[in-house]
Amino acid sequence: MSAAPGIPRFSKICLLIGFFFLYAPMVVLIVYSFNDSDRVNIWGGFSNRWYGELFRDEAMMSALWMSLRLAFASATASVVLGMLAALVLTRVRNFRSKTLFGGMVTAPLVMPDVIIGLSLLLLFVGMANTFGWPAQRGFLTIWIAHVTFCMAFVTVVLSSRLRELDKSLEEAAMDLGASRLGTFFYITLPIIAPALASGWLLAFTLSLDDLVIASFVAGPSSTTLPMVVFSSVRLGLSPQINALAALLILAVSAAAMLAYLLTLRDERRRHEQA
Amino acid sequence: MSPARRKIAWRLPGQYLLVVIPPYIWLLLFFVIPFAIVFKISLAESAIAQPPYTAFYEYVEDVLTFRVSFANYLFLLTDSLYFDAYVSSLRIAAISTLICLVVGYPIAYGIARTQGPLQSLLLMLVILPSWTSFLVRIYAWMGLLRNNGIINSVLMSLGVVDEPIRMMNTEFAVYIGIVYTYLPFLILPLYANLVKLDNRLLEAATDLGAGPVSRFLRITLPLSMGGVIAGCMLVFIPVVGEFVIPELLGGSETLMIGKVLWGEFFNNRDWPVASAVATVMLVLLLIPITLFHRYQFREMEAND
Repeated sequence: MSAAPGIPRFSKICLLIGFFFLYAPMVVLIVYSFNDSDRVNIWGGFSNRWYGELFRDEAMMSALWMSLRLAFASATASVVLGMLAALVLTRVRNFRSKTLFGGMVTAPLVMPDVIIGLSLLLLFVGMANTFGWPAQRGFLTIWIAHVTFCMAFVTVVLSSRLRELDKSLEEAAMDLGASRLGTFFYITLPIIAPALASGWLLAFTLSLDDLVIASFVAGPSSTTLPMVVFSSVRLGLSPQINALAALLILAVSAAAMLAYLLTLRDERRRHEQA
Repeated sequence: MSPARRKIAWRLPGQYLLVVIPPYIWLLLFFVIPFAIVFKISLAESAIAQPPYTAFYEYVEDVLTFRVSFANYLFLLTDSLYFDAYVSSLRIAAISTLICLVVGYPIAYGIARTQGPLQSLLLMLVILPSWTSFLVRIYAWMGLLRNNGIINSVLMSLGVVDEPIRMMNTEFAVYIGIVYTYLPFLILPLYANLVKLDNRLLEAATDLGAGPVSRFLRITLPLSMGGVIAGCMLVFIPVVGEFVIPELLGGSETLMIGKVLWGEFFNNRDWPVASAVATVMLVLLLIPITLFHRYQFREMEAND
């Protein structure tokens, strides 16, 4: 295939510039997190003291713990709901309100955060006035809000995997007498397991990252990590936030590396089967 | 359609309602109904009460009276702050979407043309930043763009400029922040589209004497239109309502409607006006959302 066009040089240059633009700010942030100086912009020698101060900051640590629990609970629930929604989109025949269903699944992907946050808060306030529930806003209300927008992203990941899944496997299982439920648990679920894992991770990071929606629906006593970071960043740069940022970037890079290696293995296996 | 294939597509109604009902009810309750409530409250008046708005209806002496007021919408029309904020949000969103497209298209094309494990690696490198905290990425730019930040220090020590260029708290900083955080959202759907492009079409065009520019304009670009629209909408729509980026990088100089809504709600505690602002924003975004939905739904749904 000598006629196949390779990567044009223009594209290569754009890739290089693009990756520089994406990564240089993060590298600078990590380097400056080891800065000994109190002034964020002046280099005062190598030190890891900001990491120590970060871990001693109790408000930050309790917000981190809250955010981690929230992200875990939101990711788990949105994988279950997103799985069902993806099955509806890919495996259930057209039904009358499927268009509405499709709209409800795709709209949260692009809906501005301020609208989702405001509308859910007004719902919770209205419900509290009418039924007396939820009496307080906090973990539960943020969880509901996060599941609502995370499940849309999980649905995208899972439905694209379910679409390209070789249906003859499921058909063979059913021809051999397996029930639909059995087919789902013994055939479909194991095959899409990597997609489930990456959907879960995506939902986890989305929930961990959300500031705007949580700010609307959180009660006065519940504070998530982004809320603490935002109120501190609003006042200007702080070396402690540099340390936190560096840790977040490293944690995410490690997780992404792992995910990359897993997908690579999954792809290789699929090639061998094909 | 083979008999086996017919079996695989679930039919309604039946036990499969169990699959449909949980996500359906959840989204109806927590995504659709809230919009109705926002609209309802946008018709109320602000009041010093708990919650801070007047009731929708009153039942006094056997008479049910509905209190509906369009005062908030009239207020949005008469006060030029809101009109300017909408216009400026739409303009900033449109320009930054265009920048993302110009920067992102060649990157998506380059990745789609790469072969083997390198392709997955490049793809992951594009996605990875969007997994790290959004706030952290904006924060990184705050450090870079300040008057005594790194960019200005470097420029001054090289003697390019004598005094620092003011970049923080300008619209320029907002554009940087938006392109930086939203670029992956444009690249991904575009990549997914371009990777499916049939090489034989390009070969045929080459055989028929088409140059690279005409190949791009007459084959690649038209065939990737779906990805272009999806990617652009994934940037444009959320950016119109963006709050964090104009708040942290744009300062008081940048007017955007997400910031106005936030201020009405958290600082003025005027829930009805905030609701009216949200309703108008939603109406403005209805066409872009529909465009996005048409593409995305086709991508997700599968019915043979």
